[in-house]
Amino acid sequence: MSRIQDAFQNKKAFIPFITAGDPTLAKTKEYILQMAAAGADLIEIGLPFSDPIAEGPVIQEADIRALASGTTTDKVLEMVAELKGEITIPLVFMTYLNPVFHYGYETFFARCQEVGVCGIIIPDLPYEEKEEVLEVADKYQVELVSMVAPTSAKRIREIAVSAKGFLYVVSSLGVTGVRSEIKTDIESIIKEIRQVTDLPCAVGFGINTPEQAARIARHADGVIVGSGIVDLIAKYGDTAGEAVYQYVKEMKEAII
Amino acid sequence: MTKGRFGIHGGQYIPETLMSELENLEREYEKYRKDPEFKRELKALLDDYAGRPSRLYYAGNITEDLGGAKVYLKREDLNHTGAHKINNVLGQVLLAKRMGKTRVIAETGAGQHGVATATAAALLGLECEVFMGAEDCQRQALNVYRMHLLGAKVHPVSSGTGTLKDAVNETMREWTTRIADTHYVLGSVMGPHPFPTIVRDFQAVISEEARAQILEKEGKLPGAVFACVGGGSNAIGMFYHFIPDEQVALYGCEAAGRGISTKDTAATIATGSLGVFHGMKSYFCQDEYGQIAPVYSISAGLDYPGIGPEHAHLHDLGRAQYVPITDEEAVSAFEYIAKKEGIICAIESAHALAYAMKVVPKMSKEDSVIICLSGRGDKDVAAIARYKGEKIYE
Repeated sequence: MSRIQDAFQNKKAFIPFITAGDPTLAKTKEYILQMAAAGADLIEIGLPFSDPIAEGPVIQEADIRALASGTTTDKVLEMVAELKGEITIPLVFMTYLNPVFHYGYETFFARCQEVGVCGIIIPDLPYEEKEEVLEVADKYQVELVSMVAPTSAKRIREIAVSAKGFLYVVSSLGVTGVRSEIKTDIESIIKEIRQVTDLPCAVGFGINTPEQAARIARHADGVIVGSGIVDLIAKYGDTAGEAVYQYVKEMKEAII
Repeated sequence: MTKGRFGIHGGQYIPETLMSELENLEREYEKYRKDPEFKRELKALLDDYAGRPSRLYYAGNITEDLGGAKVYLKREDLNHTGAHKINNVLGQVLLAKRMGKTRVIAETGAGQHGVATATAAALLGLECEVFMGAEDCQRQALNVYRMHLLGAKVHPVSSGTGTLKDAVNETMREWTTRIADTHYVLGSVMGPHPFPTIVRDFQAVISEEARAQILEKEGKLPGAVFACVGGGSNAIGMFYHFIPDEQVALYGCEAAGRGISTKDTAATIATGSLGVFHGMKSYFCQDEYGQIAPVYSISAGLDYPGIGPEHAHLHDLGRAQYVPITDEEAVSAFEYIAKKEGIICAIESAHALAYAMKVVPKMSKEDSVIICLSGRGDKDVAAIARYKGEKIYE
């Protein structure tokens, strides 16, 4: 079993997202440790990109702040390396293909393995294009997580059959960001996935409140929250630690 | 190799949410592009509404002044809405309507594509929303008002650099939010497959006409054709039917802004590197970590950090040459053609003219060249005055 799947073992996983370097990498490291202490089961670390087309305004602005503070791929990898020994839950990257492509697949995934990143989510790398990344990612035991959207329809099975790590189920149309209501029939999508794979299904995009998380967790194996956390960091900046800890704790408790 | 490739370039690097719609678009496009009724309707719109075929004009004064090859201008500026953009837009909006869509969205840089989309949407009865960089809205305020007049809603985009790339980001985001009734009328030969092919096919009418027109006037093919390149839609349209004619040199003229040794440039081939962005693999202006670079050009229509995948492939093959032209050179050409031929052309098109002015004097008088005059320059008059430091009432 992979380390990613450990996060889902006999429990519902709570998966927070944080943009690396917002406001600084030192703070990102501190907040990652706080989230782990608060009960996070797996953490998505956003490697900032200048033009994140799948993100709403909250994460777009976090990316801009992170890049403006001098965050680079090398520095993020160094920060993650420092977490080794301090954290036991799996860490995955979420980023866009260009920073990875430009770094070089071989070098990038080798570094991921070195620093202990065991998965990657790339929203602009759909099923059709994943081959160019898959082989190298596999070689360094970095699992390439596939996404399934409300529009995937006939594509769901095709995607699920060859998926790795976990299935990232996009809750709604549109970009990341808080939504008051999630109308997609998540249950049907997950049922469809379960017909072809035993991999865990985690749902993300728009989830913000403990009530939403609890409702989603009835069907899903995990709940992913990004903008809710990034919003707290935008609000409190350098002193967001306590707020992030409390929020993650509350969300985790809601899905147990 | 995956779908929609031009050599190593192209592809479909786009969020999963949009993939089934891209499959749908590809299927519907394949169906309608061969459909006689669709073809007839599009032809009628292009001829009677847009004013095609556009003229191939012999620029006698420029020819005499440069003293080399005969200079012909492919007058896309005389199309309805004043640029080549209408060719693609009529095709795509008609396709959208056939697909049962009731709403179109589009990005725009200079505003020409936005105006063209708003025009076609008004004509064919579709709702239209246009995303335009906040910076560009200021540079091209008249075009913003034109779109309002045509019944379109314009959203200024202030994220990022507030220019064309950010407008594309925002239009893609909007599309992922509302897909079922909406078609994204992409304005250039870029984005994920099938867009680079669809837009190229609709723009290829430029070279289809130009090739026949020059053969009629000169009895032989031109020595070279010139077109400006941002994303590259007028250029691919101008090149396409000449690509098999190896003796015809193809020049794509990129916006060098304040120069390719400065950061204030948008010349992708001259300063960029291979990357993946906006749904495609191609060349992009980017930093050492693959962050897309802010780009600059006096021309809002060329102010884009990438180039269409088919151009990237033509560059790799060496079939077309891509050359940088500075703001200063483009402005000089803009003034030159106004005084010599009585034509105020788009500052974008002036980039193509500027490079032709370097090449034509070295060519034989027996030879001819075609410059794609992709748009008219009314929209640029205020910006040129500002550039020259002249105060006019705007």
